[in-house]
Amino acid sequence: MRTHFIAVLATTLVTGGLVRPAPPRAAGTISGKVTYTGTPPKMKPIDMAKEPNCATAHAAAPVLTENVVPGPGNSLRWVVVYISAGDQGSTAGTGTIRLDQKGCQYIPHVLVLQPNQPLDIYNDDPHSHNIHPLAKLNPEWNRSQPAGAPPIHTKWELAEFIPVKCNIHPWMHSWQVVLTTSHYAVTAEDGTFSLSGLPPGKYTVTAWQEQFGTQSQDVTISGTETKAVDLVFKATPY
Amino acid sequence: MSHAPVLEHAPPRGFLRTHVFSVDHKVIGKQYLDLALVAVCTGMVLSWLMRLHLAWPTLSIPGLEKLSPNGAAGGVITPEYYLSLMTMHGTIMVFFVLTTAPFAGFGNYFLPIQVGAEDMAFPRINMASFWVTLVAFLVLISSFFVHDGPALSGWTAYAPLSAVGKDAGPGQGAGQTLWAVSIAIFCVAQLLGALNFIATTLDLRTRGMSLARMPFSTWAWFITAVIGLIAFAVLMPACILLILDRVAGTSFFIPAGLVISDRLQPHAGGSPLLWQHLFWFFGHPEVYIAILPGFGIISHILPVFARKPLLGPRAMIGCLIAIAFLSYTVWGHHMFLSGMNPFSATLFSVPTLIITIPATIVTLLWIGTIYGAKLRFTTPALFCLGFVSVFVSGGISGFFLAQPSTDVYLHGTYFVVAHFHFVMGVAAMFGIFAGTYFWFPKMFGRLMNETLGKWHFWLTFIGVYCVFMPMHYLGLAGNVRRYSAFTDDYLKPLIPLHQFITVAALFTGAAQLIFLFNLLRSRFRGPKAPANPWEATTLEWSTTSPPPFDNFGGHPPVVQRGPNEYGVKGAAGDYVMQAAP
Amino acid sequence: MGKLFAVVLTIITVVSTAIFATRVWWLPTDISLHGPRIDHQLVETMVSCGVLFVVSQLSLAAFAWRYGDRRDGRPVKAFPGGATPMVVMAVVLVGAEILALTFVGAKLWAGIYQTPPDPNSLAIDVQAEQFAFYFRYPGPDGKPGATHPELMNEATENYFGLDPAHDTTARDDIVVPTLTIPVNRPILLTLRAKDVNHAFYVPELRIQQDFVPGLAIPLHFTAVQTGKFEIVCTQLCGLGHYNMRAYVEVMPQDRFDEWLKEKVAQQ
Repeated sequence: MRTHFIAVLATTLVTGGLVRPAPPRAAGTISGKVTYTGTPPKMKPIDMAKEPNCATAHAAAPVLTENVVPGPGNSLRWVVVYISAGDQGSTAGTGTIRLDQKGCQYIPHVLVLQPNQPLDIYNDDPHSHNIHPLAKLNPEWNRSQPAGAPPIHTKWELAEFIPVKCNIHPWMHSWQVVLTTSHYAVTAEDGTFSLSGLPPGKYTVTAWQEQFGTQSQDVTISGTETKAVDLVFKATPY
Repeated sequence: MSHAPVLEHAPPRGFLRTHVFSVDHKVIGKQYLDLALVAVCTGMVLSWLMRLHLAWPTLSIPGLEKLSPNGAAGGVITPEYYLSLMTMHGTIMVFFVLTTAPFAGFGNYFLPIQVGAEDMAFPRINMASFWVTLVAFLVLISSFFVHDGPALSGWTAYAPLSAVGKDAGPGQGAGQTLWAVSIAIFCVAQLLGALNFIATTLDLRTRGMSLARMPFSTWAWFITAVIGLIAFAVLMPACILLILDRVAGTSFFIPAGLVISDRLQPHAGGSPLLWQHLFWFFGHPEVYIAILPGFGIISHILPVFARKPLLGPRAMIGCLIAIAFLSYTVWGHHMFLSGMNPFSATLFSVPTLIITIPATIVTLLWIGTIYGAKLRFTTPALFCLGFVSVFVSGGISGFFLAQPSTDVYLHGTYFVVAHFHFVMGVAAMFGIFAGTYFWFPKMFGRLMNETLGKWHFWLTFIGVYCVFMPMHYLGLAGNVRRYSAFTDDYLKPLIPLHQFITVAALFTGAAQLIFLFNLLRSRFRGPKAPANPWEATTLEWSTTSPPPFDNFGGHPPVVQRGPNEYGVKGAAGDYVMQAAP
Repeated sequence: MGKLFAVVLTIITVVSTAIFATRVWWLPTDISLHGPRIDHQLVETMVSCGVLFVVSQLSLAAFAWRYGDRRDGRPVKAFPGGATPMVVMAVVLVGAEILALTFVGAKLWAGIYQTPPDPNSLAIDVQAEQFAFYFRYPGPDGKPGATHPELMNEATENYFGLDPAHDTTARDDIVVPTLTIPVNRPILLTLRAKDVNHAFYVPELRIQQDFVPGLAIPLHFTAVQTGKFEIVCTQLCGLGHYNMRAYVEVMPQDRFDEWLKEKVAQQ
């Protein structure tokens, strides 16, 4: 009788989450830095003369082109590093991803989200913008967002690297990268990245840079170790 | 001459055959007028949305989001939706109002009667032409409900914007294809209608009705039909070529090397200017198709209320013919800056300026008719006088646009918008109003309310001047047209004038409700109308109000004289009817 | 009713004519060499049209006032001479006006659009695209690089599709969104469209020209006054048409030379 009661209590507590089940399998990390060799193209200041609001907003510090953003030590920013093969332990994307249009720039320049993860697009400028994701696998769409209009709520269903442009302001470009894996990172200025929560297994980690393409490496995780992986792109000035 | 009834066809039986699928030109005429009424209400609402947005761009319009969640999220009109509204406004107004009401509507109803015939020459084709027009209208309206929204390239649909397809942006997906399909279908209907008008005028005139004795409105409809036959015969293939470029991968209008939405377009060898030539070869005669029936209607109605004959009847007919002929030689004046050889601009400007001569003559003939008249200021008479005034206003701005050297500055500005709205949106509309007030008693056997009519006239006459005269000033200041918002530095100071125009437009639009109310109420509750309430001479007034199904009760009239016998001394009642013995 | 019509029409005529005549809204100051003659043609047209407008409207008003039916049994009066004076007047007066305007106007038009550019012109390429204008100066080598539609890339600001990797003449091309020009120097623009029809319009320069995809269209003018003005698109090109604008900056020759040197250094 008592054993039965304890069994029921234990089950209830476990399923109720009050008693934590045994910890999951060991999880490792892949981290490293994305760099380049060679000469990258010059980052050019963007002249926003046709939209005076934005031109004055950036008068002191002009916005530079973001297709290749080098950093200290030949690092590269805005590189998407993700598990492209052997993915395990991925979770579905939760939380809303946000894209802002501010000062005639897309912020962030590259955003990553997972299929069906909600994406909210805001226009923070006092004039209209136009959002045109040039999707090929997902349905392409193209619509304007006047100043003060409500945010656009959208999502993508299929994995794809989608370039996004603003028709009205030709210099505005960004990327929306839809990945099935939740093991991804976008490099910051210093080019570093870290993919954690990887159960033991054989993985291919890929770095994608919008101009230079991809660089991949195979990595094996056996336990909870951190594997260092450096990915190097060949940069050309044009 | 036998007076036994001559029945060519039996009266229709059953509700559907009598009122819906009728071959009776009178029913068909009314169906066209009803379609034009729905179209003008739609077109007018679209213009209100446009004007509201121009004056107050951040305005949220309740309910608009339901119609277009993408185009007007939160009720605020996006730049692309504004252009779609503008495109639909122009297309609906030019085709389904100005080509339909004065020509297909009144012409269908009254041309056979005015020539003394029982019906049009081909009654079944006539019925088909209405239903095909209705299909065209429905196809056009359906483009409001497609995902990418209605076409946004204007009623002029210049290629390659209209030809490349979805890459060119919202409004250039299915909406543009539906636009082209709708217009192609409309062309078919117009060609069928034109055939009927021409055959009827040439072959079915009653005894004594020589061409010279035809009323001016009949002449105008006949000439309009001839213009239409040639013009629509060019527009239809142009639309088909456009559709092929969009769906079949052809490149009639698209050259090589175009990069749209970052994509190199898979076309080569076409010419954007080809579309413009084809379109305007139709488009210029089209605007005369819109106005000539108005000339005819005014020339027809003015003498009735002036109680004197139209001045210079032969000159009037001659001018209508001259204008029709010249209308085919001027299309390039829409293209002075288009990139065609600049020498062509000078060539086109010559006949364009020459056309002002017959246009001036007809205006002077109307004014000369009023000289020494005994004017009865009924509502139709007021609209006739108003027509002359607004036609002068609209025609004169044409002088500026007809010369390439001044068009350099004024092209693409609100000066152009002012010009064509005055001649088409106002003058042609006044012709329709005049015709409605004049012929309503004949068509429905009831009189419209004169007091409401006069209120409608005054509010509209003053209103249209408040709406469209300021647009000339905007044009002189360089205000570009087809802009969904005025964000440029030099345009911002002009926004208050735009707001004035918007308020005037809303008031003038509201005034049309008086007309609508009068129309609907009189149709069912107006006082009964006699056969000839206006004491007019032409054949429609020698039959009952409304006429019997075969127009003359089996007794086709025999015509003894022309339509211009007003102010006749010694006649009982100062006029002599055409068919009076 | 006739008198009311006459009064209303007279007010409308007087008010609208006065606004034209007093230039409440008018053309901006002309800054081009050919501009004064265009303005002159415009004013000439306006005066003759103004006369025609006022005379027609006021006659209409006067007759509406005078010729109402007073039910006094008087007979109607035909216009003296019938239709013939009308026809003759129209043909002669309007005809003469047309001849005069055409003669002067055709020469004026030919002077802008049908004469070859000055050989000393500063040549600048203009590309119109949805929804901006970009201007290309050939750089110190004096040769503009070849353009390749398949290389056009807005994200890297390669609007003209230049190929600097393989084409050395393209490397020094200067591409800017503002048309910077020296004053009192003939300018030759070559207009090309990347995608659809556009147009180039500067009200102050009294110049306008459509861009046609597939064509390279020359346009030349000389600015005779310095300042910053707007270039706007007047040919419906899509949703951003209203916002398709660039500035033209006219500056003294020495400042222009400095500007050019700065741009060359930035390449």
